[in-house]
Amino acid sequence: MDAIPLHRPARAATKAAARPRSLPARAGIGLKPEHFREILDGTPEIGFFEVHAENYMVDGGPFHHYLSRIRQRYPLSIHGVGLSIGGEGPLDEAHLDRLARLLDRYQPESFSEHLAWSSHGGNFYNDLLPVAYNAATLARVCNHVDRVQERIKRRMLLENPATYVEFAASTLDETEFISEVVSRSGCGLLLDVNNVHVACTNHGRDAREYLTALPLDAVGQIHLAGFAEDVDAAGAPLRIDSHGAPVAEVVWELYCHALDMVGPTPTLIERDSDIPALPVLLAEARHAERILERLLPVAAESAVS
Amino acid sequence: MSADFADALLATDGGCPPGLTTWNGSAPEKRFAVYRNNVVVGLIDALADSFPVTQALVGEEFFRAMAREFVRAEPPRSPVLALYGDGFGDFIDRFAPVAALPYLADLARLEYLRILAFHAADASPLTQEALGGVLADEAALPLARFALHPSLFVLASAHAVVSLWAAHQAESDARQLAGLDTTRAESALVCRRELAVEAFRIAPGAACFIAALTRDASLGAAVEQALARDADFDLAATLALLLRAGAIVGITTPRRTQA
Repeated sequence: MDAIPLHRPARAATKAAARPRSLPARAGIGLKPEHFREILDGTPEIGFFEVHAENYMVDGGPFHHYLSRIRQRYPLSIHGVGLSIGGEGPLDEAHLDRLARLLDRYQPESFSEHLAWSSHGGNFYNDLLPVAYNAATLARVCNHVDRVQERIKRRMLLENPATYVEFAASTLDETEFISEVVSRSGCGLLLDVNNVHVACTNHGRDAREYLTALPLDAVGQIHLAGFAEDVDAAGAPLRIDSHGAPVAEVVWELYCHALDMVGPTPTLIERDSDIPALPVLLAEARHAERILERLLPVAAESAVS
Repeated sequence: MSADFADALLATDGGCPPGLTTWNGSAPEKRFAVYRNNVVVGLIDALADSFPVTQALVGEEFFRAMAREFVRAEPPRSPVLALYGDGFGDFIDRFAPVAALPYLADLARLEYLRILAFHAADASPLTQEALGGVLADEAALPLARFALHPSLFVLASAHAVVSLWAAHQAESDARQLAGLDTTRAESALVCRRELAVEAFRIAPGAACFIAALTRDASLGAAVEQALARDADFDLAATLALLLRAGAIVGITTPRRTQA
């Protein structure tokens, strides 16, 4: 047997000391200001935290105070909601600069944004608005993703949307469109399983077929959230991506099905309204983690063989 | 295409943009209304979070109706939503249904300054010792220039906005509000000390003095302006307040610099 070298090569040592470059294949939750102190006081057991980028695009004060301390203890995902990647105009370079500064400051393990638009004509609409899927919009979205990745010098994940209407101008399926963006730009996919359920219900599609048609090799993170229930003008079910309720059973089932295909993947429990006490969110994350753990021995075996 | 969609989001006619389809042929208006509701209600909620006392003064239902008008007239221009609402005070000034509440616009301005202060850059306050060293040099003192905390703002109002705001905090009681003369002019000093934003009621001379310092006037020039505004201006008390608020982060005199 060869002697174990006492000194590792310098490069390997530097690499080992650096932060891991990806989120752990565990469950995380959204970081909410109402939970800042409790998290710092108790350091709960959780795989990672995620924040919305725009909430931290301020100069100083409590948000940075707490995030910098919490970030020292946990892996971090930064999730943008305002880049308007599906927008008609060019990206807002000032916003991209703010984003680059934020990513530079916190060095998150993951950055993600949406296949949607939120700004037009200088106004910001604060919602994830739908994109028509055709050759022109594909070229535009790819250009925007390229520009983001070039500016932030890292790979981003693009999230599949929850939508309520479709466009006569669309010539591609949503899954085809996403597959093309991923393949042309090299970005990853943030698989929002709740959005899959919501979009497929709202547009009369089969969620499992939709999942299979996505570029699952590129999935870097999964989102789970709760939805609200309504009906459309014909009385058909209309699901609304509210982030205001616990993850529904049908979404947990779809999550298990998705994990069978993509393997253990960092999974976020999203909650943005009617935010419950921290232990409630931690319990939901533990539920996701138990599902993830069922897969881990399989993953370990396949890693050995 | 986005232009039609965007216009319809803020329209009041309940219609939807052309070119929408639905898998089951259902009328798209109801589906489109989900987006309109997300946009408008989301922005109203953001204003309600930022302007809680303004809301308390007019009631939730009225506030949300007024906020809806503001959202349609002045949607956000930036994705940094925490800072949305600059202009809400001016909008309230022009909003005829609240003409009977002349203090409301300044109250909203005070709440917006608290938001700005909350998110302003961090800076370390000067210690009493560091300040004392400069103050001891009486000859250099009139030429001293103060660097104030990035979270510091002054609001001069013709109404009792600081008292009104304070009367709506959890620790206050109903008697505070009952005896309040809203027509008394008040000025506010807003500043964040560590993590908490504070608002102090200050005299008109003090407001004038601090505002002059923020425009980089020398101490001597600021005192002159304050005295011209208010013969009772109390320099020692005002400096003591600035120190207590952690609002002085640097001093420059022709002879030395403290920061």
